[in-house]
Amino acid sequence: MSNAISALEGRAVAGDVTVTDMGLQGMISLRGDLSDKALTKVCKTVTGADAPKPLQMAVAGPNGFGWMSPDEALLLVPYDAVRDGLTSINNVLSGQHFLASNVSDARAHIVVSGAYADEVIAKVAPVDMHPDSFAIGDFRRSHLGQVAAAFWKSDANTFHVICFRSVAGYVFDLLAASAKAGPVGYTS
Amino acid sequence: MSTRLASKGRLVDTSKAISFSFNGKNLRGYAGDTLASALLANDQMLVGRSFKYHRPRGIVSAGPEEPNALMNMGEGAFFEPNQRATTTLLFDGLKAESQNHWPSLEFDVGAINSKLSRFLPAGFYYKMFIYPRPFWKHVYEPIIRKSAGLGKAPIGRDGDTYEHFHAHVDVMIVGGGIAGLSSALAAGRAGARVLFMEQTAAWGGRAAVDEPQIDGMKATAWIAQTVAELTAMDNVTMRLNCMGAGVYDHGYILGYEQLNEGGTDAPRHRLWRVRAKQVITATGAIERPLSFSGNDLPGVLLAAAVRDYVVNFGVSIGDRTVVVTNNDDAYRTALVLKKAGLSVPAIIDARPDADGPLAQAARDAGIRVETGKGIAEVKGGKRVTAVAICGQAGEGAVVETIECDCVAMSGGWSPVVHLWSHCGGKLTWDTDQAMFRPDEQRPPTDGNGSGFVVPAGIANGHLFTTDVLTNGFAAGQAAATAAGAKGKVGKAPEGYDEAQEPIVPVWLMPQGASHELRSKAWLDFQNDVKVSDVQLAAQEGFESVEHTKRYTTLGMATDQGKLSNINGLAVLSKALNADIPDVGTTTFRPPYTPISMGAIAGAARDDLFQPIRKTPMYDWHAGNGADFEPVGQWRRPYAYIRGDETLHDAVNREVTQTRESLGLLDASTLGKLVVSGPDAGQFLDMMYTNLMSSLPVGKCRYGLMCTENGFLMDDGVVARIDDQTWLCHTTTGGADSIHAWMEDWLQCEWWDWKVYVSNVTEQFAQVAVVGPNARKVLEKLGGMDVSKDALPFMQWRDGMLGDFKVRVYRISFSGELSYEVAVDAGQGRAFWGALLDAGAEFDVMPYGTEALHIMRAEKGFIMIGDETDGTVIPQDLNMQWALSKKKDDYLGKRAQERSHMADPDRWKLVGLETLDGSVLPDGAYAIAEGTNDNGQQNTEGRVTSTYYSPTLKRGIAMGLVHKGPDRMGDTLRFTNIGGEPIEAKIVDQVFYDKAGEKQDV
Amino acid sequence: MLTLHCPYCGVDADETDLHAGGEAHLTRFGPGASDDDFEGYLFTRKNPKGVHFERWRHAYGCGKWFLAARCTATLEVFATYSAQTVAPPADVRAAITAKRPDWSWGDLS
Repeated sequence: MSNAISALEGRAVAGDVTVTDMGLQGMISLRGDLSDKALTKVCKTVTGADAPKPLQMAVAGPNGFGWMSPDEALLLVPYDAVRDGLTSINNVLSGQHFLASNVSDARAHIVVSGAYADEVIAKVAPVDMHPDSFAIGDFRRSHLGQVAAAFWKSDANTFHVICFRSVAGYVFDLLAASAKAGPVGYTS
Repeated sequence: MSTRLASKGRLVDTSKAISFSFNGKNLRGYAGDTLASALLANDQMLVGRSFKYHRPRGIVSAGPEEPNALMNMGEGAFFEPNQRATTTLLFDGLKAESQNHWPSLEFDVGAINSKLSRFLPAGFYYKMFIYPRPFWKHVYEPIIRKSAGLGKAPIGRDGDTYEHFHAHVDVMIVGGGIAGLSSALAAGRAGARVLFMEQTAAWGGRAAVDEPQIDGMKATAWIAQTVAELTAMDNVTMRLNCMGAGVYDHGYILGYEQLNEGGTDAPRHRLWRVRAKQVITATGAIERPLSFSGNDLPGVLLAAAVRDYVVNFGVSIGDRTVVVTNNDDAYRTALVLKKAGLSVPAIIDARPDADGPLAQAARDAGIRVETGKGIAEVKGGKRVTAVAICGQAGEGAVVETIECDCVAMSGGWSPVVHLWSHCGGKLTWDTDQAMFRPDEQRPPTDGNGSGFVVPAGIANGHLFTTDVLTNGFAAGQAAATAAGAKGKVGKAPEGYDEAQEPIVPVWLMPQGASHELRSKAWLDFQNDVKVSDVQLAAQEGFESVEHTKRYTTLGMATDQGKLSNINGLAVLSKALNADIPDVGTTTFRPPYTPISMGAIAGAARDDLFQPIRKTPMYDWHAGNGADFEPVGQWRRPYAYIRGDETLHDAVNREVTQTRESLGLLDASTLGKLVVSGPDAGQFLDMMYTNLMSSLPVGKCRYGLMCTENGFLMDDGVVARIDDQTWLCHTTTGGADSIHAWMEDWLQCEWWDWKVYVSNVTEQFAQVAVVGPNARKVLEKLGGMDVSKDALPFMQWRDGMLGDFKVRVYRISFSGELSYEVAVDAGQGRAFWGALLDAGAEFDVMPYGTEALHIMRAEKGFIMIGDETDGTVIPQDLNMQWALSKKKDDYLGKRAQERSHMADPDRWKLVGLETLDGSVLPDGAYAIAEGTNDNGQQNTEGRVTSTYYSPTLKRGIAMGLVHKGPDRMGDTLRFTNIGGEPIEAKIVDQVFYDKAGEKQDV
Repeated sequence: MLTLHCPYCGVDADETDLHAGGEAHLTRFGPGASDDDFEGYLFTRKNPKGVHFERWRHAYGCGKWFLAARCTATLEVFATYSAQTVAPPADVRAAITAKRPDWSWGDLS
């Protein structure tokens, strides 16, 4: 709908590592048995992505299919495609035990990109971000500073962060401050 | 005097002058200087006063063990006290001031304490200030507090920034001397991911000063070559000016990196939060002072420090240096001084003989060596002028006085075992070398029960270059292997050593020193603890080393006993007639040396101090007079202030306008949990005290949740969405905790039940549209039928309002006609705007949490956290109607059957009305007759909610009162701090629209 | 600060990602239970120096509860395992026995 806005309304900071709000992002939280073929099939229909391995985000163009836990997936689709996606899932899985929820507005999608983007994340998350450990496609739920977040690596210098809408400002400012403070010189 | 020598220091760049100031004097140093070396180069030997006696204090060391040279550094937003001059790299514009003196460093009034020292023995404060008791609070403590403290506390905010960094490595190496370098070679070549930290600004440690031969070259050449090899390894990260601060459980290590000084934009300090599979502690050793009378005078330094200042910084401490020692190493200092053209009148060696190669070299250089001798006393005031020499074996009869302006002392070396010990590594006493060193059989253990700290080199008790290198290399190899790295490591570097004669432990000089001499033989320079104090403590029965520490304050200064601990416990063991290992050491606790508060905080300051949760309408609230209150991490408007009205006026206006026309509440923070699945109804029947499985689709029911203790935990309206799906509203604070609570039961108790829970709290912006005109404003937006028939009270419908896809719940927490409307959060701000526009003709008013509270209290509705406090059960609140009798079980049901819970004497909820219409104080107690066993006034109730009701124009309250519901009309007296008790009548808790007609229209 | 392996998602989780949940393998007693049984369920907790079984939630991670067998004195972790079990499985007990042959915990050993 035209009057929808993202929490950060497209904020961005420039620099050697940029931090950018990706605006409205369609997201579906799907609770269900991720080993179920019908489930992964409809997720592929909705996102175009194959089922991810544990701790992975399978990316297909602007869409994604992320492994959140053994019984939870995060589907990334265009904001306007969420209702159709939910309809497909609800139709296909009808009769099964699952729960699909629109969480597009509950969360924010921020991209951290640049030469030392991995170090910007490692400043605020207790996660091994060394390129030998955290590969492209890896998807991790942890905390950034004091709030829950999930992030995945889409290329060597680009990380996508998902956090709750109410703390999007905190996460953005935290990442921007970490980026501004400069590289650590550890991973590169 | 101390001065800069013509010969250049190894670490300073004399082409780069740096200006700094000390106590307001402008001074000059060079790039590469520490503040200490620069001060000494400017003949600034006196740098502070001791804590207790205010004795003059000079620089003693050249490293982190320094007890005296602590400075107030910087100014304004960049001020920090207690900075060690010996570990502070000089930078342009550095401003330092000495501490703990008044009115000036040169003339200090507190020094009178020194004259009174015989009246200030160990435990003086404990003994003196006990009687008379009231004097402690009113006389003694204020005076002691005034005279205590080293540096000044900073005023205002810290102008610098700080950051954290998380690193996960195979091997972390602490200490960049040749042991660390050797271990890094092995671990790096093996292919392990290595993080290698050195606390100073240069690699190489002591070897760079003493220049032993390594692999056929001078040590400095080998160090340069090794640093180059390591730098070329991608798997090795090297950091100078980075201290391994602490070793913790499961391989967690803190590193403290000092990056930028002088108020740059870049971070000042970085705290490395490291997870390492293996840690190598190549932390070297600290030289011990000798205990002789006057060993605290400025000009008495550790022998190796004297050598370091000459070699590293080109600074001489004095022209005439007497070396006093019990080991061979100090002879190197004499040789270095001689080579620099300085005078060494004598080496006083406490050992009966000294005939090794180093002693021979000293004699060959024309230095007089006196064996079997000691220092009876150091002469001088603010500076050494001479030493009186005596036989070490005797009681201190002076045989000769030697003029000098520097004394270089060495009592042997103590391995730095701090990091080994932080996480439980044990020590063993090495009698031959007179030192505690790591017991490699008893290392700290990790999550697998395996040792994860490997000591290396001197820190492991290996004092010779040959052993340091091989031991370091083996440590690196062992750590890499333990971490799973399998590469070839090649050959260990080889060192060469000249022979040395053994140390002879000397814990007191001379051995039979009189009480007078012992009273001036310092152990702890900063806290003024002397040999006599420890002996007194032992005599008074303080036999445990930990007790002696507290009683005498030995080792409790900011240096944490790095110089004093071993000497102190040797004195204690002698006084107790016990062996040193039987007395043991005090506990080593992190950090190794103090780290800045800023580094600990990292980015968590100012706006990032803690996350603030904001609803989609937050910016509108902030721009329209909202006076925010914290609700957990949320910020919710307490009220919206208009013009120059008071907060109280605003609240009353909001209540009145809502009751009379139309109000809006941002209710987005309320928790929203979707519970779905074939067993969801059964599950909710366990979660709630009510029956939720029977709720028809399309309807809402207010429900209560209890803990297994039976206490009321959360409440909210539950809506039945479809056959298998419920939406549960929780309190604002309960959204995350109730979600976690549900997951806990589903995962850990009823894991065979088919139920999924999804927390959609933040997916929706929710607005309560409240007041007699609520329906009109929604009808004005149009799109769905919100009439009484189409959407009755306690039901919900999906539909459209204007352009907005909404879910509308007809529920009321105010007693008015009320709709709670949920829209996608992204449209929350727009929907709020649409309601304001449509409501303009009704003079719509947003209201805050206080108006919400008042309206619910007028209706007698409970609030979790007001009427409940974790000890209140639903029965206390007369909510038996919400406890389903059709269910065999729900969480808390069994607990509510316990005798105390079923006790008729429990306090129960009633309304309270003051006789004079005033507002009862929050939390006031109802006064009962008599006193309890503790002599306190008995009570029979307490206020749980109290407000001024603008609707009723008087104070209203709710409270829990003993047998309250049976005592309607009774008058109680409530406590009123600072005033007369207030009388209030017990009334029905519903003050407004008892029949509930207004909400159901 | 502990690192515990989450058996559900496979992450070696930092303690800051975890939430501690107290003693594991409690049996719930509800309505009809005796006072003694209910008191034991609600209040009586073991506090051993040595082998202990605990509940942990990978709160900031996959959100799953799991159980850990751990030594409270040395912090050695013998095993982490599924929360969907009423007693420590045989392999967990064997892992403990391998390190602490004389262990006992309530009725278990």
